[in-house]
Amino acid sequence: MSICSSMIMFTTRKYFNNVIRTGLSVALCVLVVCCSDPDEIEDPDENKEPTPLEIVSPSNFPPPVYDLSNNPVTKEGFELGKRLFYDSRLSRTNTISCGFCHMQPNAFTHHGHDVSHGVDDKLGRRNSLPVQNLLFYKTFFWDGGVHNLDLVPLNAIANEVEMDEEVDNIIDKLRGDANYGVQFKRAFGSEEITSTRFLQALSQFLATMVSSNSKYDLYVRKENNVTLTDIELQGLELFKSKCASCHSTDLFTDQSYRNNGFSSLTDLDRDKGREEITLNPDDHGKFKVPSLRNVEYTAPYMHNGKLQTLEDVLNYYASGVKDTPTLDPLLKQSGNPGFELTDDEKKSIIVFLKTLTDERYLSDRRFSEY
Amino acid sequence: MKLRYITFSLVLIVLSLGFTRCDDNDMNSNETGSLRIEFDNHVGEDDLELNKDYVNSSGETFKLTKLNYYISNIRLRTTTGVEYVVLQDSSYFLVMEDHEESQAITLNNIPAADYDEITFTIGVDSLRSTMDVSKRTGVLDPAQGHDGMYWTWNSGYIFFKMEGISPSAPVDQENKFYYHIGGYGGFDSPSLNNIRETTVSMGSARAEVRGNKSPEVHFHVDILELFKNPTTFQIADYPAVMFSEFSKNISENYVNMFKYDHVHN
Repeated sequence: MSICSSMIMFTTRKYFNNVIRTGLSVALCVLVVCCSDPDEIEDPDENKEPTPLEIVSPSNFPPPVYDLSNNPVTKEGFELGKRLFYDSRLSRTNTISCGFCHMQPNAFTHHGHDVSHGVDDKLGRRNSLPVQNLLFYKTFFWDGGVHNLDLVPLNAIANEVEMDEEVDNIIDKLRGDANYGVQFKRAFGSEEITSTRFLQALSQFLATMVSSNSKYDLYVRKENNVTLTDIELQGLELFKSKCASCHSTDLFTDQSYRNNGFSSLTDLDRDKGREEITLNPDDHGKFKVPSLRNVEYTAPYMHNGKLQTLEDVLNYYASGVKDTPTLDPLLKQSGNPGFELTDDEKKSIIVFLKTLTDERYLSDRRFSEY
Repeated sequence: MKLRYITFSLVLIVLSLGFTRCDDNDMNSNETGSLRIEFDNHVGEDDLELNKDYVNSSGETFKLTKLNYYISNIRLRTTTGVEYVVLQDSSYFLVMEDHEESQAITLNNIPAADYDEITFTIGVDSLRSTMDVSKRTGVLDPAQGHDGMYWTWNSGYIFFKMEGISPSAPVDQENKFYYHIGGYGGFDSPSLNNIRETTVSMGSARAEVRGNKSPEVHFHVDILELFKNPTTFQIADYPAVMFSEFSKNISENYVNMFKYDHVHN
């Protein structure tokens, strides 16, 4: 069944949606199940070719950035990547897995933590970002210092306040676990565990993690006759006029770096943001515009996790923005920094933001630890 | 029409003669050999030893605990000026002071000829720095880190890494000094570029590569140049230089470390 459900999940092209809607999906499911070996997980044929897992871009998303032809996703590679994602042996102390700071019910963020604690309870300086739709990102992390999905895990692994481990050591640990040998063989054709395969397997899992079935998505793709309520539509219109110049496209980020004025001077002393990557003083205090998908569940907010609720965030933009030299020009358009919002407007924007919640993604068993 | 045809043929013949002559003299396309290059790290005239006291041009005592650098994109020039570009995939090396075998690099399948000039990059070009991980194995594997020669937070190789201890370095960093130099120019916006290329001339000497001869060229690599040529700086003023503007001065200094010393033919 899992092949079938993943195909449906990822095949969101319009024509295929029509097929699904007309009920042919049931027939397809049966067909796929019939064609696949139901015992393939329990009783692996080790020399069997891995099963390709199709990932189709949602029709309302920009095109993918990650080049899947370099690392074709297979069911077996995905399963291996998922196991690695939830394996705490990726950390020096064998206590912190990727999933530790990236929890599914919170769109794979670290619920309740302004910044995360890694090995030996050391604290980082930035809020854990959601793991979703990474396939569509040009750069990663708040400062965009990492430019390829394959390199994303290395950052967390090497960071001494996160996992503080070396991939060589991880590979030694994995080699001591015969099950991994079997899984690498299923995914890559031989039991050999290499750093490249390790990264590719993680990427296969991460590339598959697409959240594109929120109420808003169904509404814009005109699926299942989903409509938005009046207040949601009102929020959407306000969002378009007040927020969408930065939170643009259906990824809800233009993937640029901007200073929203949130850093205090003390914050800037310890975190210069994008400037640390470009060494360009114009980038002082700039951070990646975050996606707002599943934002209902990704609190706390902002790059340092200092705001607890969406109300706090909108109050900040309405009346808390401080003018600083690199403050984004879009936040300087009216007399005061920030933009004007009435309480009612804030409410409807928040109601709209909640239509970006993709419950299916937050509970999708394919991505779950257990 | 006929005249044109004859002229064209003549041009072809002359051209091919030209190529043949060139081949005969410089590179016999059938015959290939190997060339070894040894990077002999020195402090002035002394052979470098880790953990031994030396003095730099500013009079500061220091010892090194680590010295690693990438050498890549090697090109060779024959005595008659023909350039041979070493196959890209076989042109990346990591020289490490504490791994003796890494200090001699071997270039295989080099056309037989007499070479007297070697050009190379200290660091890793931007194209390779951003290539898919499956094409970056061996010393370029970003996951393996190779003695920490990769920045994971700012995806890119550390081209040159020198660490040591000096009384001139601050007590609060345990008298340690660090130079981690990298930066390939930035991925999606311009940033630090410390890719440096140098050409080492062998003067009147030559490396005679033949099918049955594998010459070994020795470079004298003087790390004192890093502190002074052309920008003199003190460890006391710059005890830790990593991803910062000042690193440009260091890369522009260390590019001058590499001198021809001798050759075994």
